[in-house]
Amino acid sequence: MKNLKFIYLKITLLSGLILWTFMGCERDLSEDAKPASFSNNPEVYIDGFSSGLDYFPFANSFFEAFTVDEEVSYSGSSAMRFDVPNVGDSRGPYAGAIFRTETGRDLSGYDALTFWAKATYPGTIDQIGFGQDFEENKHIVTMRNLRLTTNWVKYTIPLPDAAKLTNERGMFWYAEGPENGNGYTFWIDELKFEKLGTIGQYRPAILNGVDRTLTGFVNSEITIDGLIQTVNLASGVNKTVEIAPAYFEFSSSNATVATVNSNGLVSVHAEGTAEITATFNGVPVPGSLSLEAIPFSSAPEPSYPSNEVISIYSDSYNSVNVDYFNGYWQPYQTTESTEIVVNNNAMINYSNLNFVGIQFTNPTVNADSMRYMHIDIYTTSPIRPESVMYIDLIDFNDPNSRAGAVFNSTILVSQQWMGLEIDLQTLGLANRDKLAQIVLNSAATLDNIYVDNIFFHN
Amino acid sequence: MNINNKLKVTGKLVFRMLVVSILLISVGCSVDENQTVINFKNLVKADEFSVDGAPDNSMWGYDIGTGDDTPSGSGWGNNELQYYTDRLDNVKVEDGMLHIIARKEGYMGAGYTSGRIITRGKFEKAYGRFEAKIQLPWGQGLWPAFWMLGANCDESPWPACGEIDIMENRGQEPTLINGSVHGPGYSAGEAITKSYEIMGDRFDTGFHVFGIEWGPKYINYYVDDVLYNQITPDKINGEWVFDHPFYIILNVAVGGNYVGAPNAETIFPQTMLVDYVRIYE
Repeated sequence: MKNLKFIYLKITLLSGLILWTFMGCERDLSEDAKPASFSNNPEVYIDGFSSGLDYFPFANSFFEAFTVDEEVSYSGSSAMRFDVPNVGDSRGPYAGAIFRTETGRDLSGYDALTFWAKATYPGTIDQIGFGQDFEENKHIVTMRNLRLTTNWVKYTIPLPDAAKLTNERGMFWYAEGPENGNGYTFWIDELKFEKLGTIGQYRPAILNGVDRTLTGFVNSEITIDGLIQTVNLASGVNKTVEIAPAYFEFSSSNATVATVNSNGLVSVHAEGTAEITATFNGVPVPGSLSLEAIPFSSAPEPSYPSNEVISIYSDSYNSVNVDYFNGYWQPYQTTESTEIVVNNNAMINYSNLNFVGIQFTNPTVNADSMRYMHIDIYTTSPIRPESVMYIDLIDFNDPNSRAGAVFNSTILVSQQWMGLEIDLQTLGLANRDKLAQIVLNSAATLDNIYVDNIFFHN
Repeated sequence: MNINNKLKVTGKLVFRMLVVSILLISVGCSVDENQTVINFKNLVKADEFSVDGAPDNSMWGYDIGTGDDTPSGSGWGNNELQYYTDRLDNVKVEDGMLHIIARKEGYMGAGYTSGRIITRGKFEKAYGRFEAKIQLPWGQGLWPAFWMLGANCDESPWPACGEIDIMENRGQEPTLINGSVHGPGYSAGEAITKSYEIMGDRFDTGFHVFGIEWGPKYINYYVDDVLYNQITPDKINGEWVFDHPFYIILNVAVGGNYVGAPNAETIFPQTMLVDYVRIYE
């Protein structure tokens, strides 16, 4: 025991010395030596809002979804409570908000946003993360499909590259809708940034790590998506988050053909091929886009006299009022759409196409006097034996009637405008005096199409 | 470190030391007061892995195959999935490191290849400090290890010949390693084992020193500068079989009872990097 005490005494002396030295040094530091920086306060919500934090619900959400709950908490006196509304709730269809600080914080010393959560029902939060600030969202990080349980569990959202996070206002954000039509409640507590040190094997990627090939038009634009980072947690579990373009440096192998900006937006300039790749902190990441740029030809100008046409979409005719060109019909639709203008000619681009609906109900269209529907379609997708395009027309008489035409791989061609005609008399529609919708459905066999000149005629 | 000669004690400092010492004594009591600590400082054998190519054959040999021609049986007694080879694809020295590389590839009927090098018949020793500086592979189903077997296993089949596992790890547990002994009556599932969790760090993202200090009637286990276990005869339910020479093994197994099989998320190839192996007495 004597020996043991002696050892302790030595350690004590050493510790005392370190403390002494440390205190002694601090006096010598000049004020000028400290770089100006933002607060590195790691706390977001512990037992109340941390300094400077504010709540901003999404404009179309249930505003009162968030409250401070003093009855339930993981630790301390309160927790953040989120009430997800039922389907049809007049107060709003979903819960969602950002929690933003008034001034920026320096998060560069942390590697994770962590919190404890539980729920009344083991729901799956659609999107949760940080870096959304209703401004640039420059460093936004989103975890999708975070599965909750009915007991308290700690969750970790890894920071992609903390060195970039020296002035962040978006401390936390989430968006969650009803589960199978039903609302529920979840709680989040002890929400804070941490330096865990146990996160490893950082694997950033673009295009979800896939090497993609794409045919694109000269003078068009393509967005590089699938920006992700996968890490391995101390639990051995791999976690993937979606991360902002600002974490990457993009480059093009051939700037004459295509350039790419800091947001991952590719601009196609000339015929040829170019490969778009990216680095993360100087290290090349998996995923690339091999782009074949082809010259664009507009759809042939329709030749029918305008008084014999009812146009839905065309530069050549005055078109009827259209509610939308993409209904974003949930839950199965993957189709995204954008109107592009090439050589002063507008057209609609549907990408990631499975099906998409065009609706015109204000008013509906009376096509009793019309024999055909015309649509010009151009696809950059290769034609395979299973390639198909279903075009359905829906009439809003009571009852509705729906009928369609099928264009299979013997008719479809790639990289060439196809003028498709549908005979309304033989289609099998019960009525066509209250036409209201056109549905394009490729069953995901053609994933990228351009559409122009949709009209009824004789 | 001897700090006595650095102290210029002032009255104020003495007071502070007194306060700190009270604090430290209460914290310090968690250390096992009965721990036997002996320093082995005389380096008797080392491989710094400084020559590129196959590892030094004066120190290292190979276990090759699936174990089906050994007393362990196929899967090396653990239902492991790899075929061990002596190819540079699986075992090589490069850039000052030993690389043991587990690959997912069809080879001689197995779905994976890897490496297992041994000092049997080349370097066998009882007692001393055995340590290696290692960065581990990672992922479900990887089983890297730095361990030793009794040099007499041919005459006294395992577990009678003894096994000292200085470090073994499950790839799906990146912050944990285990140190164990196996002997008669305390082998496999009944081995005497203790795990060590590194705080605020991982074993697959940097190098760490794994070692034992082994003397008559004790084996001390440490990671870096942390002594985390001492095994003595009174802690085992059987005969103490650690007083004879052992040989060293470095390997990366794939799958097996201890870790389970790799899954779709396991990334191959996986490499265990060894900066050095040093033996002191």
